[in-house]
Amino acid sequence: MKAIETCGLTKFYGKSRGIVDLDLSVDEGEFFGFIGPNGAGKSTTIRILLGLVRADSGSASVLGKDIAGEKSALLEQVGYLPSETIFYPGMRVREVIALSAGLRKKDCRREAKQLCDRFELDEGKKVDELSFGNRKKVGIVCALQHNPRLCLLDEPTGGLDPLMQREFFSLLRERNRQGATIFLSSHVLSEIQHNCDRAAMIQEGKLIACSRVEELARTRARRVHVQGNLDVSGLPGVRDIHREEDRLSFLYSGDINALVRELAKNPVRDLSILEPDLEEIFLHYYQNRGEKA
Amino acid sequence: MIMIRHELRQNRVSFWAWTLSIGFLIAVCIVIFPEMEGQMDGIGEIFASLGSFSEAFGMDKISFGTFLGFYSVECGNILGIGGAFFAALCGISALAKEEKQHTAEFLFTHPVGRTRVITQKLLAILIQILALNLLVFALAVGAVALTGEPIPLREMALLHMANLLLQIEVAGICFGVSAFLRRGELSIGMGIAILLYFLGIVANLSEGAAFLRGITPFGYTEGADILANGSLDGGLILCGMAYTVVGILTAYRKYTGKDLS
Repeated sequence: MKAIETCGLTKFYGKSRGIVDLDLSVDEGEFFGFIGPNGAGKSTTIRILLGLVRADSGSASVLGKDIAGEKSALLEQVGYLPSETIFYPGMRVREVIALSAGLRKKDCRREAKQLCDRFELDEGKKVDELSFGNRKKVGIVCALQHNPRLCLLDEPTGGLDPLMQREFFSLLRERNRQGATIFLSSHVLSEIQHNCDRAAMIQEGKLIACSRVEELARTRARRVHVQGNLDVSGLPGVRDIHREEDRLSFLYSGDINALVRELAKNPVRDLSILEPDLEEIFLHYYQNRGEKA
Repeated sequence: MIMIRHELRQNRVSFWAWTLSIGFLIAVCIVIFPEMEGQMDGIGEIFASLGSFSEAFGMDKISFGTFLGFYSVECGNILGIGGAFFAALCGISALAKEEKQHTAEFLFTHPVGRTRVITQKLLAILIQILALNLLVFALAVGAVALTGEPIPLREMALLHMANLLLQIEVAGICFGVSAFLRRGELSIGMGIAILLYFLGIVANLSEGAAFLRGITPFGYTEGADILANGSLDGGLILCGMAYTVVGILTAYRKYTGKDLS
């Protein structure tokens, strides 16, 4: 079964572009990454899937249910963690968590307690007094205490310290092994690269790539680090040049023989040619698209 | 039911502040009346002969020197204005506050349909208005009993009933407006309540503006008319309830199809 399936999904806010003709397919049980810069349309996509905003055209289904007609039924099986977690003023953490469970008509006290302990969350504190990171932890408990089949996570790690981030991803991997589908929207590419099976890239509201993370990372482009007095700026396929004293680093997607010939013209003290990480691929994708535009 | 409990809990400070303020002011007015009663004959005549001012507040039709005359004007105004403000604030903030506080994202990503949320918020408002009026009525009756005067229960009940209906109407209209708003709702709610109040005053001032009594709920809370007729004006109340229904239906229609931020 598809956990998420959209077809030609389009949303404009007046004249402002949200998403355009978005086709997305996520299988149940996947750990799926959704990558894009700010304003690319990631949150709009999630908000449509959750029924907070209506698409202008196209269709979308979540866990096999049409989002327009069966919203309440599908939301029972979805846990959502927004980028900014905001709760009702004056409430204590335990009250917010209980309200969330109550709205789902479920008794989640045991799971909530375990999650609070795991994330070192003080249930007696008022949510207004919590830091951004601790509010995020309350959001995590609310999103996961009912063991959802699908977790929709929008920039979930903002505000969490590195230890809590590690704990959070450990929890997500556990849930994923238990069968839950994880949909992780992020612009932190290392999060995607380290955790996701597949990922989609979105830019200016349009899907520009969707594949397994290893395949997205597999590219002809290489990150070249050279030590020596060289000038490669004239070489076709060179981009993203960084120079520091006699150390040169650049991304190369041209003919490898041309690069070797260019390097051979000058004395080279050290050389390494590596596969770029996903962050560089990401920039590479967007740069290419920008150039085409 | 969870949304009703949640709404009541969120509004409890405002509810008690308005209930105790209105109840206390009315009780004080009632308790001090016997002391003022002896001086009222002269004052009542003065109030009744102030021309347009007297007409605006209905003091030309009733005697300010009698308990019911005094009660219908003084307490009617306290409950009329205070109750209308409370109802306006409840109605106008009910839906708009979710977007203003950015809690709509939390609430509506749970499996609660928007129709269910609207209904439960509406019921919570109704419960608060009913509770406020019951407590204020009990305080008023208790205050009259304290003075040792006979309690004009029927007349007092009619005056309070009219104000209860007024508050339901104001809340219903504001609830409809609330569905369109994202922020700045409190000033709009107060504005609506004040506008309706002044329309009521203008309606009393001239025959030409009498049609306004069919627009503002302050038309059917006029104490002088209620005491003179011994009943409420069914026609005006029907108009008011029609506005209430329109407000509520507008809220359902708008809010169920709205993009939430």
